[in-house]
Amino acid sequence: MADSIRIKAKAQGAEAEVKALITHPMETGQRKDKKTGQAIPAHFIQELVCKHNGAQVMSAQWGAAISKNPYVSFVIAGAKTGDAIEMSWVDNKGEKDSASAKVE
Amino acid sequence: MKKQIILSMLSVLGLAPLLSLASPENDLKQFQAYYIQKFPDTPFEDFSNGLYGIDKVRREEWLAMEEFPPYEPGVAIGKQLFEKHKIGSCFKNGGIGIRQNYPYFDANSGKVKNLESEILECLQKQGVDLEAEKFVAEKGKLAAISAYMAYTSRGKKFNVVIPNDDKAIAAYEKGKRFFWAKRGQLNFSCADCHIASAGQQIRSERLSASLGHPTGFPVYRKAWEIDDGNPALTGFGTLHRRYKQCNEQIRAKGHKFQSDEYLALELYETYMSNGLPVSGPSIRQ
Amino acid sequence: MQRRQFLKGTLAGSAVAVAVGAGLLSPRSVLAAWPTAAFEAKSVNDALSGLFGNTSAADSKDIEIKAPDIAENGAVVPVSVTTKIAGVTGIALLASTNNNPLAANFEFAQSVKGYVSTRIKMAKTSDVVAIVKAGDKMYTNKKNVKVTIGGCGG
Repeated sequence: MADSIRIKAKAQGAEAEVKALITHPMETGQRKDKKTGQAIPAHFIQELVCKHNGAQVMSAQWGAAISKNPYVSFVIAGAKTGDAIEMSWVDNKGEKDSASAKVE
Repeated sequence: MKKQIILSMLSVLGLAPLLSLASPENDLKQFQAYYIQKFPDTPFEDFSNGLYGIDKVRREEWLAMEEFPPYEPGVAIGKQLFEKHKIGSCFKNGGIGIRQNYPYFDANSGKVKNLESEILECLQKQGVDLEAEKFVAEKGKLAAISAYMAYTSRGKKFNVVIPNDDKAIAAYEKGKRFFWAKRGQLNFSCADCHIASAGQQIRSERLSASLGHPTGFPVYRKAWEIDDGNPALTGFGTLHRRYKQCNEQIRAKGHKFQSDEYLALELYETYMSNGLPVSGPSIRQ
Repeated sequence: MQRRQFLKGTLAGSAVAVAVGAGLLSPRSVLAAWPTAAFEAKSVNDALSGLFGNTSAADSKDIEIKAPDIAENGAVVPVSVTTKIAGVTGIALLASTNNNPLAANFEFAQSVKGYVSTRIKMAKTSDVVAIVKAGDKMYTNKKNVKVTIGGCGG
């Protein structure tokens, strides 16, 4: 799923706040298709990794209880304008995506 | 019937019964004055944020969502579609910064035109097969284009015009009657909830004010995210989508999208929000 | 006898197909690291056991959970955790009455501050539980969030 990650990274003094919004169904596997009555298969991001200037700073394990179109925000001390932020995810079907942005 | 409705309207607004029909301008003054008095802590422009403008507690959750609003990817898609289908060519100013002029009364056709109806006309003019391309049902791709156009108009003050034309006044009056008339199994009018009980709770729901209703549309509703399709688009819906759903939720008849009823209601409600800034697309529950 | 065995084989095959389709048998995860037992645990304690091998977390007022008192929609509840505890290495989030309480586990490098914000699904009124890890130490706080419409899309 290309282009699924939007990153906003903003320097605030001696740190940077990183915010990411990801387009993903985060399907729990508990919902039923209205027409067929079959359960809609689970389809959710299981791992999220964030790198700051190439070094991994955050790794998250997610369950299907993270909302559809998931959002995450955290703060990196010592990050400054121009630094590189890279975010990537893998879901339970093995699908993946990644994106980069610079700290503003 | 008409007199009954006007009297009930005036009594809800706390005004001495007036037997003469008010003009749209006078209706507007009384309508807005009622809310300004009822919610003295809300700056006028903030009514454009719906319930979040009048309820401090709900506002907090809305602000948390606005940290990174879920409508942003959909607005980007709306922009792509707007450019791909040359929507700007059908509108004044290239379709940018014009949301605040809708809906309007079109003297040529004698009909109320809203933004979505003109987007659809534009697509048809370009030869787009609306069904095949899924520009249907007041959500998804159609709502995304409308969301982009609203986004480019943010901050502009609504300026719906009711010209001094019999058919225009009739459409305005039709919308006003719809708003104040009781309907459905529960015998509710729009006014019962959104004027008399604005800010209060009905079971577990807190009621929004009619002042500012249309200004945030199309909306991104958490409750609509559940639809199938591109996750970036499923939360979107237009005013008519919400009108129909609300009518059905209060166990009244839902009218068709782009029906005369909903177009007239949109004309009345949006006119009543004149002076408020465009705030669409906006997040709602 | 042959026919019965044949039918049994067919039924077993279709049961597996349905289970896979329903996402109950995930394709082998790309990440060996995804803690399946923790995410499938049905209680907060079992989830913490699965995740950290440990359930003893000290209550701490130095963990602030920001979440609405009453969620406007259980499917999308904004939650953020801020903590003054030094040396934070991770934050886990759970919703105590969800079928599977564990929602997320965040692991931080030294440079990441004790703060995380996200949006979670809550099936019904629940405690939102935050676990803050600082090396081997575990701290916890919780906040009750009321939900009037369930978040799992039913």
